[in-house]
Amino acid sequence: MILLQNLINALQWGSFYALIALGYSMVYSILMLFNFAHGDIFMVGAYIGFGVASALIALTAMGAFALPSWLILVLTILFSMFLTSFVGMIVERIGYRPLRDAPRASAAITGLMIGIILETGNLILLGAQRVSFPSLISTVTYDLGGVFVTNKKIMIVVVSMLLATALHQFIRHTRYGMAMRAMAFDYVVVPLMGVPINKIAAMTFALGSALAAAAGILFGVAYPVLDPYMGILIGWKAFVAAILGGRGSIIGATLAGFLLGFIEIFVAMIFPSTLRDLIAYSIVLLILVFRPHGFFGEAYSARLRL
Amino acid sequence: MSMLRVENMTHFFGGLRAVHNYNLEIRPGEVHGLIGPNGAGKTTIFNLITGIYDPTEGDVFLEDHKINGRTPHVIAAMGIGRTFQNMLLWRHMTVLEHVKMARYSKLSYGLIGAFFGTPRRNREEAESEEKAFTLLRMFGVDQFADQWVPNLPYGAQRRVEMARAMAMEPKVLFLDEPTAGMNPEELVQMMDIIRQVKEKFKPAIFLIEHRMKVVMELCESIQTLVFGEVIAEGTPDEIQNNPKVIDAYLGKEIVE
Repeated sequence: MILLQNLINALQWGSFYALIALGYSMVYSILMLFNFAHGDIFMVGAYIGFGVASALIALTAMGAFALPSWLILVLTILFSMFLTSFVGMIVERIGYRPLRDAPRASAAITGLMIGIILETGNLILLGAQRVSFPSLISTVTYDLGGVFVTNKKIMIVVVSMLLATALHQFIRHTRYGMAMRAMAFDYVVVPLMGVPINKIAAMTFALGSALAAAAGILFGVAYPVLDPYMGILIGWKAFVAAILGGRGSIIGATLAGFLLGFIEIFVAMIFPSTLRDLIAYSIVLLILVFRPHGFFGEAYSARLRL
Repeated sequence: MSMLRVENMTHFFGGLRAVHNYNLEIRPGEVHGLIGPNGAGKTTIFNLITGIYDPTEGDVFLEDHKINGRTPHVIAAMGIGRTFQNMLLWRHMTVLEHVKMARYSKLSYGLIGAFFGTPRRNREEAESEEKAFTLLRMFGVDQFADQWVPNLPYGAQRRVEMARAMAMEPKVLFLDEPTAGMNPEELVQMMDIIRQVKEKFKPAIFLIEHRMKVVMELCESIQTLVFGEVIAEGTPDEIQNNPKVIDAYLGKEIVE
């Protein structure tokens, strides 16, 4: 019973990690670099969701239109994904595009700085106090023979799996996805084959940021307190998931995100919860000792040169 | 009407003059060769025309549209396909994916179609795959369609690269030393393929090549480039008998 109960919690946390890890992985595959501002984009997405939801609630209260609250949640997710994708594109345009041929270390530092700018920018804009995410749907608990599942948990897991699947089919079956994969090791030949690499790079950041925004809102639904530093720890953990899954691998990032959720929750089941991260990430470290390229990673890295 | 025209193109890398006052005219369906010793600037000319570098001076026209100053992907989509001296294939992609990728600019469905799998996307992708297979069959590499390119024999990799370039349905095909490093058998195969391409698709072909046999047999006109300058221009016969060319270039080749 308790095992099943924890399994459900693990799935919920895994959903957050997976959605964020997907963004890391996609950007890695085209830049050969992790976007270290990605955790903060998750935070920005949650705040944008907060803004959109508050606006929709206010409009409904003013009688502009009458929307049921579940529809407000759906609209919030969609609008926020859309708006946050622009944050991603701006970050790519001013932070990474000028550094595309620079040493990777410079671009990594850029990511860290953009992260700090997003955090402090938010602090200046909205102040230091936490805001609470509006509760759009009330919690309903289902008792499945001693295992308790809430409607929110089901929604979080279902939505994130849907998004991960949609992304996967986008990457596998469309010309854009193929262009992302081609760009992974090459900025020289891909444009000569008629592929607009700047557009593809912008699109990659947009998609990754939209997924982070979805994660941010789902997070806000489950844990309705937002603060400007909420993206740091969860961002690093999702980064670990992206490494564990294999750099640049979409399936890997998804699975590793869920795996990380399981490891954390089950470690907490056995050990005191203060030791959770210590033990959980020691296990991850051990996995990486034996599989340094992660589960689906590939062991090459050189770029094509003309 | 010329298919590809270059007028007074000069290019500097810092203080180094890599190409000086280069002129070119290729008519539709014509095979034009560019020969010259290593470091003469042949590949630089390819890079200048395909948009990797922007010429310091001079203009480039594709079917009378000025193309210099445009980005490489626009120029490529307008109709210039290219292969590379050192065969730049994508190690992490299959043979079929190479050819499909090169058809990017031939498809027109957008992001919405991509996400929701509209009939238009499915139709375009299916058509694209079919055309890709036709090319793979033509170049004799269809049996490798689902294999990663590093697993293929060298000659087959070269042919995949040709198929990738042809998938762009180019008006002008740029071939940068297509027979480099080939054994005699592969060489004959490649020359055959170039002839097939010429007959079937009738693109203008701009060819850099070191092997005189290939250049003399395939080209209708030839330029000889030395230190970024054209020192001789003409038919294969004229080039072969031009004393300047023999001095600068062919001399060494004959001794071999």
